[in-house]
Amino acid sequence: MSIAIDRDKCIGCGKCHDVCPGTLIRLDDARRAYIRYPRDCWGCTSCIKECPVYAIRFYLGADIGGMGSLVHTEREGDILRWIIDSPDGSVSEIRIDQKESNKY
Amino acid sequence: MDIKRIKTDVLIIGGGTAGCYAAMTIAERSDKKVVICEKAHIKRSGCLAAGVNALNAYIVEGRTPQDYVDYCRNDAAGIVREDLLLTMSERLNAVTERLEQLGLVILKDENGKYAARGNRNIKINGENIKPLLASAVQALPDVTVLNRVNITDIDVTDNRVNGAFGIGIESGIFYVIEAAAVIIATGGAAGLYKPNNPGFSRHKMWYPPFNTGAGYAMGIRHGAEMTTFEMRFIALRCKDTIAPTGTLAQGVGAKQVNSLGEVYETKYGLTTSERVYGTVNENQEGRGPCYLRTEGITPEQDESLLKAYLNMAPSQTLKWIESGLAPSGQNVEIEGTEPYIVGGHTASGFWVDTKRSTTIRGLYAAGDVAGGAPQKYVTGALAEGELAAVSVVEFLESNDTSEISEGSVQAQLEEAERFLGEDHSLYSTEQLEEAMQTVMDSYAGGIKTNYRFNEKQLDIADRKIRQLYALSDSLHADDPQELMYIYELRERLVVCRSVIAHLKARHETRWHSFAENLDYPERDDKNWYKYVNSRLENGEIKIILRDITERGTVYEHSD
Repeated sequence: MSIAIDRDKCIGCGKCHDVCPGTLIRLDDARRAYIRYPRDCWGCTSCIKECPVYAIRFYLGADIGGMGSLVHTEREGDILRWIIDSPDGSVSEIRIDQKESNKY
Repeated sequence: MDIKRIKTDVLIIGGGTAGCYAAMTIAERSDKKVVICEKAHIKRSGCLAAGVNALNAYIVEGRTPQDYVDYCRNDAAGIVREDLLLTMSERLNAVTERLEQLGLVILKDENGKYAARGNRNIKINGENIKPLLASAVQALPDVTVLNRVNITDIDVTDNRVNGAFGIGIESGIFYVIEAAAVIIATGGAAGLYKPNNPGFSRHKMWYPPFNTGAGYAMGIRHGAEMTTFEMRFIALRCKDTIAPTGTLAQGVGAKQVNSLGEVYETKYGLTTSERVYGTVNENQEGRGPCYLRTEGITPEQDESLLKAYLNMAPSQTLKWIESGLAPSGQNVEIEGTEPYIVGGHTASGFWVDTKRSTTIRGLYAAGDVAGGAPQKYVTGALAEGELAAVSVVEFLESNDTSEISEGSVQAQLEEAERFLGEDHSLYSTEQLEEAMQTVMDSYAGGIKTNYRFNEKQLDIADRKIRQLYALSDSLHADDPQELMYIYELRERLVVCRSVIAHLKARHETRWHSFAENLDYPERDDKNWYKYVNSRLENGEIKIILRDITERGTVYEHSD
């Protein structure tokens, strides 16, 4: 699992760099974020939740059965929206109310 | 390198679960100055980065702390410290209430009590648990958080800790931090063994790949007594994503089944190690793959599971969505992970007393780095952070002084600058890391040998790990982050050596898979109902066998 950062969307705020628990994300000379060590990503999605312009999405590596879908989150108040873009163009979404406990 | 010197009352190494709670406790009980050194950023560092799905250690209505101790004791086949487990268990509920005050969402029943999931668990929305803890710490005026400062070693003279050395992994600043007391809360060790998916997804593992056993290594190097490294932890996980299985087993009652559809878990037993062992055996005997049986669950359960996994291990939800089938439509394949050393799940770590004092004066341990008390989970780590903090506040009243000598500073600085200065090295840090993982996998009971080993193999492992440590002397780092990777590799190699020595010392098989010694395949209570401890003396690991601290008694450091 790792992340893909859309260089064109990135605004260089550095929040993803700050939060990464592995210090894996850097900003290049043009202040655009890139992942310096893609194989070292734990898949915690912390950076995705920080990004104000939704430029970061995560995916499963092909070695663990990934099929090319990309996931990001968008926050609306207490709702965390998980948005999954599939390679065939279809989009699915799961909405989680952060004030609601898991049932399991 | 530029040098920055800091003097503080308390240094906390590691801003994870235990470290954060220790800082909060010290701030509540004293006006002492605290510095937390965190090698990443406190907001999402440690085990709780993605969140956690439930609190697994809580004393539910009708149960007592002693019940929790009994559960842990049974799961570890007796090799636990009941005194440590009891002092921890007595605090589980109070720290849980504190989490709720900080803003954690906990499910309640119609009477306003926390809704139980089984005998020990309560249900939460734990996606933001670490940011909540981090915010509470960052609001404390007497606590300074140094993010992206990696502590490379503690400084100890005459068995008294004086502080620690660290390196700013982006700034390259060399830190000398003098402290009257130190709480070590660095977590356990991942990455010692070859992982399930050693290629691109090598870090898609159960435990934080950034927890490298730093605290264990610091203790080992400075002659602290360490315990039970032979009780490795192997998690039973969803295949590929290495996501948790407990939510399936306990949440929707999914049973472990083999490819013939037979429920096999009852055949092997239900302790943590037996669940792994059963899965290994079913595969070996030709009845794999193994699954958690989720087929036939309800659409409501499907939806809840997809959400629950997004709150702790999003990759599993993605896996379900990409496959086009929800858990009700396909059983979830399971596998054992590579072994980890982690004192929050098994009993490996620093040998501490009930105050969480290590055998080094002024050095306290909490969370996954502290031994003797397995099944801590989140709340147990918080409880230990509190216990260590209370002890430190008391210790500081003694006005026992400490100082880091200029000689120590120069020696540490020279080592760091040597790694940065070498302009060439034949091997890379990554190459030696992979070599270490291959050695442990092949000769010290990794996935490759179905977690089994014998003495001859362990001897080979020991020899090869020593060779790799010698090779690591000549590694080269281009920048401070690469320098951290060299230190992390060397920490892991130090821990590997101790793990090998402990595996070799216990002449029995008390826990299947966790420590399955083919030379001694049976459990032997007559000779091995004991703690296997160790201490580094003159460069060699000395094994110390200690009697079990029985119920109602308390262990105190005396020799």
